[in-house]
Amino acid sequence: MSWAGARSLGRPAIGLLVALLLLTAAVLFGLAFGSRALPLPDVLHVLVRRDESDAAIIVWEQRIPRTLLGVLVGAALGVSGVLAQAITRNPLADPALLGVSAGAALAIVVGTFAFGITTLATQIVAASVGAAVVGGAVLSLAGYGRAGMAPSSLALVGLSVSAMIVAVISVLVLLDAKTLDEYRFWLVGAFAGRGTPTLTTVTPVLLAGLALTGVAVRGLDALALGDDVARGIGIRVSRTRLVAGLGVILLTSTAVAAVGPIGFVGLVVPHAARALTGPRHGWLLPYAAVLGATLLVAADVVGRVVVRPGELQVGVVTAVVGAPVVLLLVRRAKLAGAVL
Amino acid sequence: MSNTPMSIARSGPALVGRSRNGALSVLIRPRGWVLGSAMFGLLLFLCVLAIAVGTRTIPLDQVLSGLVGQADRATTLTVQRFRLPRVAVAVLVGAALGLSGAIVQSVTRNPIAAPDVIGVTAGASFGAVIVLLAFGGGTVGYGGAAAELSRIGLPVGAVIGAFFAAVVVLGVASSRGRGGAGGTFSTQRVVLVGIVCHAAFIALVHWSLTIGDVDQAAKAAVWLVGSLHGGGWEHVAGVGLALTVLLPSALLLGRRLSVLALGEPTAATLGVAVARTQVASFAVAFALAGTAVAAAGPVNFVALLAPQLARRIVGTSAIPLVVSALVGAVVLLAADLVARLLVPGTELPAGAVTALVGAPYLLWLVVRTGGGR
Repeated sequence: MSWAGARSLGRPAIGLLVALLLLTAAVLFGLAFGSRALPLPDVLHVLVRRDESDAAIIVWEQRIPRTLLGVLVGAALGVSGVLAQAITRNPLADPALLGVSAGAALAIVVGTFAFGITTLATQIVAASVGAAVVGGAVLSLAGYGRAGMAPSSLALVGLSVSAMIVAVISVLVLLDAKTLDEYRFWLVGAFAGRGTPTLTTVTPVLLAGLALTGVAVRGLDALALGDDVARGIGIRVSRTRLVAGLGVILLTSTAVAAVGPIGFVGLVVPHAARALTGPRHGWLLPYAAVLGATLLVAADVVGRVVVRPGELQVGVVTAVVGAPVVLLLVRRAKLAGAVL
Repeated sequence: MSNTPMSIARSGPALVGRSRNGALSVLIRPRGWVLGSAMFGLLLFLCVLAIAVGTRTIPLDQVLSGLVGQADRATTLTVQRFRLPRVAVAVLVGAALGLSGAIVQSVTRNPIAAPDVIGVTAGASFGAVIVLLAFGGGTVGYGGAAAELSRIGLPVGAVIGAFFAAVVVLGVASSRGRGGAGGTFSTQRVVLVGIVCHAAFIALVHWSLTIGDVDQAAKAAVWLVGSLHGGGWEHVAGVGLALTVLLPSALLLGRRLSVLALGEPTAATLGVAVARTQVASFAVAFALAGTAVAAAGPVNFVALLAPQLARRIVGTSAIPLVVSALVGAVVLLAADLVARLLVPGTELPAGAVTALVGAPYLLWLVVRTGGGR
């Protein structure tokens, strides 16, 4: 843990640059691949000169919004994973495992079922409320145990709460086929059919959420030292937790409302980022944002390519790719070594 | 070695201190027999009630004559064709889940470990779904008439899925050579890995919901919570067959399991082949869980809840296997009864009821024990 800061500025900056290049490559692939593969020169051509060709219409009206959505949502999930792990001081804290995603999902299903809400803006509001209530409940239950809980306990609390929520959802869905038809596609987490309107609605909220985390950076570093030490060096602990918690809820619920609950990104990305750049949040957060964006855009490309002409939803791809990574982390005890 | 008794002591009340007594006195303890019999009586009562109650209530005297085919045709048909197999499925699936949970909790010595918590049930769902996708011609025909092939393949798929998940979870979680507390499986690691695998399998299962039309998705959604709706004699046969093989196997293992409860080093000293017992026990437990999923879908929390209830009812520190099976049957039958009667005109899945009851219990358990740390 280096507080000296500037000494090691060079290496992380270069790493971040490499990550950004990777992201650019992923984005270009995202624009080139789909149910119809376009040659990269054509893509670059219509990017520069938007004409009336099929390629231009496909790229500008479908693939650009979809890819940008992937970038934003991926960044949001990566960052909220870092925040969740920091405020709980728990390496397993992931918005999906903690039940925050399930809370957002429940709110959206209840909204569709009881109030017939279908506009994205109202869904985001509903999802934020659901995420806040459930996330708050899980965290306070987890904090209830003496001296905090083991990582698996927090995950278990999340699991129980999620199971209850899924039961309620399944009952609601059973009573109303229309809700189910909306819900089942949204449930797996997918970018298909989420175009420009989704993008324009969620962009300001996600950017605000990302900006909010900037406020908490210094406090987050201090939290890692323990609450008492953090207080000792003049950090307002509960205020930091509150700001970061708000960030988690805003980012997760907006992402969930936009594309459905996508698992494993919030769990895997922070660990990958930490392995690359160390524990300081000033670097950790931007790394997580770029890596999350890269992972999600790449997963979306993979999902579109492997089962052409159909497509595998991005949430399925992240689960298939993410689960082995997490298992490897557990196996090598990097994730849980000290605590298990 | 030094860590293990601590973790047990925290995960359940005084397991270490009393297990020696418990292991010796389980078989002759009068309280166990009396309460076990009472449990059996309760189960019989619930069976009769479940046959009598429904969209058409059948008077109690008619239930019995319907069972032996002496009532009028409509009553006999209702009893024999619809209600009796459903009740039988509930009892057998509940028993299988209760027994499965009892074995897993005994081996891991963790009240939180259950096939549904450690990802095995989700793996079974995944296996079943794969079979349905493969034989349904791209459409998911959960319980549909078009799924004749999947009716045979489904239990097989579910059991294979359960074992696949178990191999992954236990393989990743095994701590051979890391000198951790003298155990083969760090229970917390099993739970941790299980939760991760559970999430991955569920993502794959949810994906199957997007294939096919909304009616099929609705059927699948019900199946995925665990439902006894439409349970017929073919389901009874499947679980019944599995139980006739696996229940005696479990009882044969029971003796060694109760020795294992003293801790792995002690058990090894007393001449129990620890690793072999663990593997055999897990195999029996996961086969039970797999068949249960094949018959009724992944009903949550019964396997978690039943053994702990049974332990409290009988008053032993070791988990009683037979009573756990009985309690599992009672819990699932009661849950199905509630699910049928709660919203008139709608059949809720029984798994929704068990989740709404079981999840708060798990929460309480985790918060109280700190997750068996």
